[in-house]
Amino acid sequence: MEIKINLNGKDIVSTIEPDTLLIDFLRQQGCLSVKRGCDTSNCGLCTVFQDDQPILSCSVLAARAAGHKIVTLEGMQKEAQGFAEFIADQGAEQCGFCNPGMMMNAMALLRENDDPSDEDILNYLAGNLCRCSGYEGQLRGIKNYIAYLKRSGKEDLS
Amino acid sequence: MLDIKNYVRVQSLQEAYDLCQNRRNVIIGGMLWLKMQNRSVDTAIDLCDLGLNQIEDKGDEIHIGAMVTLRQLELDPLLNEYTHHALKESVKHIVGVQFRNLATIGGSLFGRYGFSDVLTMFLALDAYVELYHGGIVSIREFVEMRPSLDILVRIIVKKTPMQVVYLSQRNTQTDFPVLTCAISKMNQDYYCVIGARPLKATLLLDEKHLLDSSLSDESILAFADDIAQRVTLGSNLRGSADYRRHLTKVLIKRALWQLREEHNHGN
Repeated sequence: MEIKINLNGKDIVSTIEPDTLLIDFLRQQGCLSVKRGCDTSNCGLCTVFQDDQPILSCSVLAARAAGHKIVTLEGMQKEAQGFAEFIADQGAEQCGFCNPGMMMNAMALLRENDDPSDEDILNYLAGNLCRCSGYEGQLRGIKNYIAYLKRSGKEDLS
Repeated sequence: MLDIKNYVRVQSLQEAYDLCQNRRNVIIGGMLWLKMQNRSVDTAIDLCDLGLNQIEDKGDEIHIGAMVTLRQLELDPLLNEYTHHALKESVKHIVGVQFRNLATIGGSLFGRYGFSDVLTMFLALDAYVELYHGGIVSIREFVEMRPSLDILVRIIVKKTPMQVVYLSQRNTQTDFPVLTCAISKMNQDYYCVIGARPLKATLLLDEKHLLDSSLSDESILAFADDIAQRVTLGSNLRGSADYRRHLTKVLIKRALWQLREEHNHGN
């Protein structure tokens, strides 16, 4: 079947199988930041934005995403690069496998709430599993990034 | 592994109903639980074009379309004002935001899953479900019905003045609950729902009239003991029946204390 989708700002038309998952479609399109982790909808590694909302691309049919706007980390390079430096400064990336999903979801949080409490951050990122860091470094990195945004007046993340 | 041969975005409920009469076709809802199954599907039926993703204020009722996500429930001001944020509490521990942006209320209720936080909550709200062919039935009746080849169209919450508290116990954050508990008070009657038993949620009433009007500690303890004796509980890898029985008492006490606190503060 044929689908039309807006991927990282570009309209594309593609032929897929009815049971193609969005994660597989995106990786076929070269979006290799989208990782397959648990495959049980639990780990958050495959997080992408659909119409600006974070979703699990491992759990959606590409066919359902047709007609929607999909954004992966590849489509947010500038924003992601700035944020990634704060995560790296805390040594919070470690093996790095969970980072793309965690960063996508953290950026989704900051679009909804530009001044989250620690509790807000931990609750929002509860669906992003990391087996290395214990989350403390990630929490520090996110808080430092928010402080940086406030200092530099870049609170509008959209 | 889930194998799907055809995918159809239906344009009417009748089209969906006709398709789902074939047992090899399936309505995919949020597809999260379906995806975990080892199953071959002829036609995946998607309701996403039917406008069922709305929460609507209908005066004396709130109508929740079957395709409304758990995240929409979590954030909806109308539902959370009505339930004093109990509805938010009932879904906020379900995996993560990304999951809740996909999981639908229709899929969560239609399966009548034993682990369901949502079923526990909506039983306590004394909600109704609208089935395409079965019409409007109370969720208490629906939970006991055998699975049928019908379509859950929407959930109807009547705006009966009420107090409600939702609590759950999890071994780890974002895991399935070991036990869920929702207690509501409507028209001076108390409705106690215990879920994740691990059987599907069940409603228990204060048949012995143990709860007094002031919700004294003594009456709360007596009620918690009574429910813990009456409720059927089972064991699974998350907890034994004995552990769940202990938790039942604890969650009921905490819920009623919270209900009393909210009542005393005029909420």
